[in-house]
Parts: sequence; C-alpha cells; structure tokens
Amino acid sequence: MRSLKLIIHREFLAKVKNRTFIIMTFVSPLIMVGMFFLVAYLANLNNSETRNLAILDESNLMIHDFVSSEKTKYHDFSTYSLTQALDSVKAKAYYGLLYIPKEDNIKALASKIELFANKTPNGAFVANIEQQISHKLTNKLLTQQGVNLSKIDEAQTQVSLKIENFSGEETSKMSMIIKMIFGGVAGYLLMMFIIIYGNMVMRSVIEEKTNRIIEIIISSVKPRTLMLGKVLGTSLAGISQFLIWVIIGSVLLGVVSTFLGGQLSSEVATANIPNALDQASMLKAQLVLQEILALPLGQLIVCFLIYFIGGYFLYSAIYAAIGAAVDNETDTQQFMFPVIMPLMLAVYVGFFSVIDNPHGIVAIVFSHIPLTSPIVMLMRIPYGVAWWEILISIAILIGSIFFFVWIAAKIYRVGILMYGKKPSYKELIKWLKY
Amino acid sequence: MLLVAEEVSKAYGNYTALNKMSIQVPKQSIFGILGPNGAGKTTFIRIINQITLPDSGKIWLDGEPLQPKHVQYIGYLPEERGLYKSMTVGAQALYLAQLKGLSKKEAKRRLEYWFERLEIMGWWNKKIQELSKGMAQKIQFIVTVLHQPKLLIFDEPFSGFDPVNANLIKDEILKLKEDGATILFSTHRMESVEEMCDYMALINKSNKLIDGKVTDLKQEYKTNTYQVEIVTQQQAELTEVLTTHFNLLPNKFSSIHQGEKFTIRLKTGQTVNQLLQVLIKYGEVHHFVEQIPSVNDIFIQTVTANA
Repeated sequence: MRSLKLIIHREFLAKVKNRTFIIMTFVSPLIMVGMFFLVAYLANLNNSETRNLAILDESNLMIHDFVSSEKTKYHDFSTYSLTQALDSVKAKAYYGLLYIPKEDNIKALASKIELFANKTPNGAFVANIEQQISHKLTNKLLTQQGVNLSKIDEAQTQVSLKIENFSGEETSKMSMIIKMIFGGVAGYLLMMFIIIYGNMVMRSVIEEKTNRIIEIIISSVKPRTLMLGKVLGTSLAGISQFLIWVIIGSVLLGVVSTFLGGQLSSEVATANIPNALDQASMLKAQLVLQEILALPLGQLIVCFLIYFIGGYFLYSAIYAAIGAAVDNETDTQQFMFPVIMPLMLAVYVGFFSVIDNPHGIVAIVFSHIPLTSPIVMLMRIPYGVAWWEILISIAILIGSIFFFVWIAAKIYRVGILMYGKKPSYKELIKWLKY
Repeated sequence: MLLVAEEVSKAYGNYTALNKMSIQVPKQSIFGILGPNGAGKTTFIRIINQITLPDSGKIWLDGEPLQPKHVQYIGYLPEERGLYKSMTVGAQALYLAQLKGLSKKEAKRRLEYWFERLEIMGWWNKKIQELSKGMAQKIQFIVTVLHQPKLLIFDEPFSGFDPVNANLIKDEILKLKEDGATILFSTHRMESVEEMCDYMALINKSNKLIDGKVTDLKQEYKTNTYQVEIVTQQQAELTEVLTTHFNLLPNKFSSIHQGEKFTIRLKTGQTVNQLLQVLIKYGEVHHFVEQIPSVNDIFIQTVTANA
C-alpha cells in the first residue's frame, strides 16, 4: 500500500511537472476559444460579402417581386438584350445574371429560367432564388385559376407534434436535440479522455523500459502494483487537467458572454426596438433550460463518473500492456488499431444507432459490451434507460476490468523485461502462460 | 547460510532457462555465479529477487522461505540499469529508497552520508541526463546499498565502469562485506571478480557445473604445473632431463629476466622438491611459481569434461 502511494505520487508529479502537460493544460483552452472566434469571424467574413444579381425579365412577370436586401442586391437589366446584359454583368463583376425569357405558359416558363454566373454559385443562394421564383409562379398560377391568395394565407396551419411517452413524460423536438447533444458530448469526451490519458500511461511504461530503470523498481515492488500506480497517478493528473479546463473554460465563457451580452444590450438600447423578438428568444432559452433540467442529470453525472473511471481503467490496462510489450513508441502502431477500433465503433454506433433508436437492439447490445459500453451507454442515458439495465452493464464492465487488468498485468510482467524485438500477437498469448 | 536455493528450475515455453539450480551462500561471503551469456544467470538472479517466479524449487533467505517482504533485505543492481532521465538525482534516490521501505527522513540522512562519502553532493539537484554514464552508475550503486540489505546482488557489476570507478566500487563492496553483508555476483567476465569471490558456482546452458569454495576448487583443479625460469650453461642437457622425467609443456608465460623458461607438469607421484632438486643442479632458479588454474581454466575444463 505504501509503495502504491509512492508510485502514484511520483507518476502524478512526473506528469504534472512535464512542460508539455503544463502548456497543454493552460494553452489549449485558449486555443479552443481562439479557434472558435476565428471560425465565427471567418464565417461572418464570408457572408458579409454583398452579392449583386442582375435580372433580365423578358416576361415582365416578377421583376418587381425581387426586393434587395443587405446581402443581395437585385438590378433590373430588363431593358438590355441577353448578350448586352451578359457583357455588362461581366464588366461590372456582378455575381450573376438571372434570365427569365418571354413565355406565356407559366408551366413552360418554369423550366426555361436560367442563372448565369462566373463561378459555380453558392448552393444556398441558388436554393433561395429557386424558392422565390417557385413561390411567385405558383401564386401566379393560383390567381389565374381564380384562387384568392389571402384565403390561402389564412388557411396556412403550423403543426408541431407534442410527443409524449406512455408514462406521461412530455418530450419535444427540442428535447430530442438536447438529449442528442448531451449524450454525444459525454460519449465523445469519454473517448478523447481514454485515448489521451491511455497514451500517457503507455508512454510512461515505455519510458521506464527505455531508461532501463524498470528492473530496479520491480525488485522493490510487484509489477502489478507499479502498473496500478501508473494508471492511478496518470488518471489523477488527467482529472486535475480536466478540472483546470473546466475552471478556465467557465471563466472564459463568463467573460465572453458578459462582453457579448453587454454589446447586444447596448445595441438594443440605441435601436430602441420593441422587445417582441427578445421576448421570443428569452422564452426559447427558458424552454431549453427546462428541457435540460428535465434530463436525468444526476444519473448522467454519476454514470459519467462511473463509466469514465471504468472505461479508463479498462483501456489504460491495455495501453500499459502495449507499452510493456514494445521498446519504443513507433512499435506501438500495430497494437493501436485494436484499441482505437472499439472506441471509434462505439462513437459511430452512438451517433447513428442510438440517436436513431435509443432502445433498439444494436444500441442495447453495444451498451453492454464492455469495450463500447462506457460510450454507448452514456449516449443512451439522456433518453432514459432503466436502472437495472445500467446496473447489468456496469457489472459486466467491472467484471471485464478485473479480467483485462489480470491479462494486462501478465503481459506487463513479462514484457517489461523483454528487450530487442517486437513481439507478435502469438508471443503475447504465450506470455500469458509464463 | 544466508541464501539457499534448492533445485530451482524455470522454463519459458519449451526453453529451459534454468535446470535444478542449487547453491548455498554462507553469511558474509562473496559468492560468484559465473557462466557465459545465456547460461541462466540473470534468470536465477531474477528468481531470487522475486521478479520471476520459479516453476519448481525452493529458496530460503536467512532461514525463511523467500517471500515478498524480503525485498527490503535485498539490494539488487541489475545488468540493465538506468534511472529516470527527467528526475533530479536527489528526488529519484529518495523515491527508490522509500520503495525499499526506508522512511523519507532516514533515506535523506543516509543519502547525504553516501553523497558526501563519494563526494558527489553537488549532483543532488542535477537531472540524470546531465550526468555521464559513470556518474549515473555511482548513483545506482548508492541506491542499491542504501537500505543496508543483508544480501547484495550485482549482475555484471563492472560493465560500463572505468577502471578508477570500478576499483572504487570494488573497495566499497569489500567494505560492505566487512560490515556484515553477503554479496552475490553474476558475470560472464570471470576474471573480473575471481580475486574477490570466496565461493563460486559455474553454470553453463542452464545447468550448474560445479560450485564450492574458490580455494578448494582451485586445489581440486590444479594440475601440478610450474613455471620455471633458470639461468643455466647446460641448456640442452637440462631440456633433455626435463623431457624424460617430467611433462614439458609449451611455454606460455613471459618474464622480465633473460634466463631459460619452462612450463613443467609433474607426473603422478612426483613432488615439487624432486623437480627443484633437478633444477638446482643445472643453474640458478630465478622464477618458480605454481600455475594456479584461473576460473576460466576451470570453466573450460569442466565444460569439455561434461560435453
């Protein structure tokens, strides 16, 4: 016990004092936030460009229906011929030319309208124009048939289904999205943690091998104690890193939101717009908050911790065994694939099967297989999973942890004293019998 | 007896690394396990250190069957030895000493004693990567002996040491023996430790060939061969007499004198004095030494005898 504590202490300090770790801990949240702003800025830059669209409407049907906005300016070129218009658009470097030929039959006209553009135009922009034209032509046809348009407008009905399960809990589309986000983020975070900290465990095992200190240490402590100490010490370092990220993240978020919020409210004040819009968004925010609070949050947090610790233990035992089996990091490649694969599989199953059908057979099976259960089950929990199902899954996970740690410890014991050649899977199995 | 091994065997798959190894190491002695590379020395030493478990056989340490708590009575300097590159000398010496069961305070006190004794106090806050290989080995030596183990095990102790440091370490090892420690060497460079060892065991291809007190073994394996240098006027006659009465061997030794050199083996029943009497008749004897078999000679003899 005493040596385990010593090893955990050393491993923790070795990780935390490492320069890369310190930089990662403090700089990566800044980079993340920076990236976020950069992406937002670039997206904004891309959209802020004003598009000039010339319209040559020979039919004279809808030239007056296009209303220029901030982002798209429409120019009436109806007095030109098509060739003149094209030359002029080119000379003025407009975004494009919309050509509506003369055609009395509206149905026929619909397939004859053309958009000329220098570059392939933005898909959303084309869709927008198409929608506008379609809307106008439909209305024209309807009026031709003697239909009163205002009656149609009146008759328009918006439908939003209220979804309720048999026990009477209400759900809505909003809550589906929120569940998806919560489950997805939890599952994805777990995968990232397992890969990052698992790799740390592996590297520190390899370090002891390449430094040739391993034999000195295992003449004092049992290899299993050393392995356990490494896994625990690294996980403590990981948890500290995570906590620091959470703190930095929430501080940054606070700063950003007060900054943005302040800007927003000052704009509102100067513009003096009636607050109808504001109220609507407030209502929406309240709804989101309600949905979040309606989630099994306590269960989610407890399960996140359990599955995080369980999954991390399971995988870092494997990582430690891999580290022991090889001499240097480049040799780990062939063993990495079987480790990464179940993790990737879990995330894919989570994002496709679980979100599609949280209680389908695929989701249920994968939330019980120990290598994928931490991620898949976490993604399922927001949709409501019976407690006994979670208990079974956790029991399987814990059982497998003991099994995998036992296997890993055997490979570890033999592997740390083997130098020189990269073992094959066959040899690893042989080691289990030594 | 401090350490007793009884028919210890270990196999890796189909390969037998060690076959029924038995030795007895008396208290306060230096015991050498000698043999070529791959003979099974390191396997045996790892079994004593409880790094590897034997398939069969028993080991006693100081009268008790070997068990996990014994690690604190053993100091082990493995052949593959290194230290954490990015830790400071002081921090990792403290860490390793604490793993052996010393309290932090006690470890620090003893480390200071050793660091001052070997005059390396200035290294305390340095990182291992700033030290030379020889310097790092001094630290490893200190860490090995710091917890005052009853049994010290050195696997290839002098590989990598320069002659000055090797001598320093040899002196320290002899002093540890005087202070009551028992020392187990393992090496394939037999000449490097033979003058230090009181007992030895020769192993080859996983099997023990012979073991016992070094002086007894040398006695047993001596061939009654003498190296002689004599200044004589009757060289031809002497050679003839020697060839007829004794076995004259090819001359392999060198000397700083200018006389005639012979390597002579006595025939069964002959005594040293008979040889001397013959020699004195022919001239002045400047050099007369019994050829004591080296561990290397004994090894080669037993290997060829067993083959």
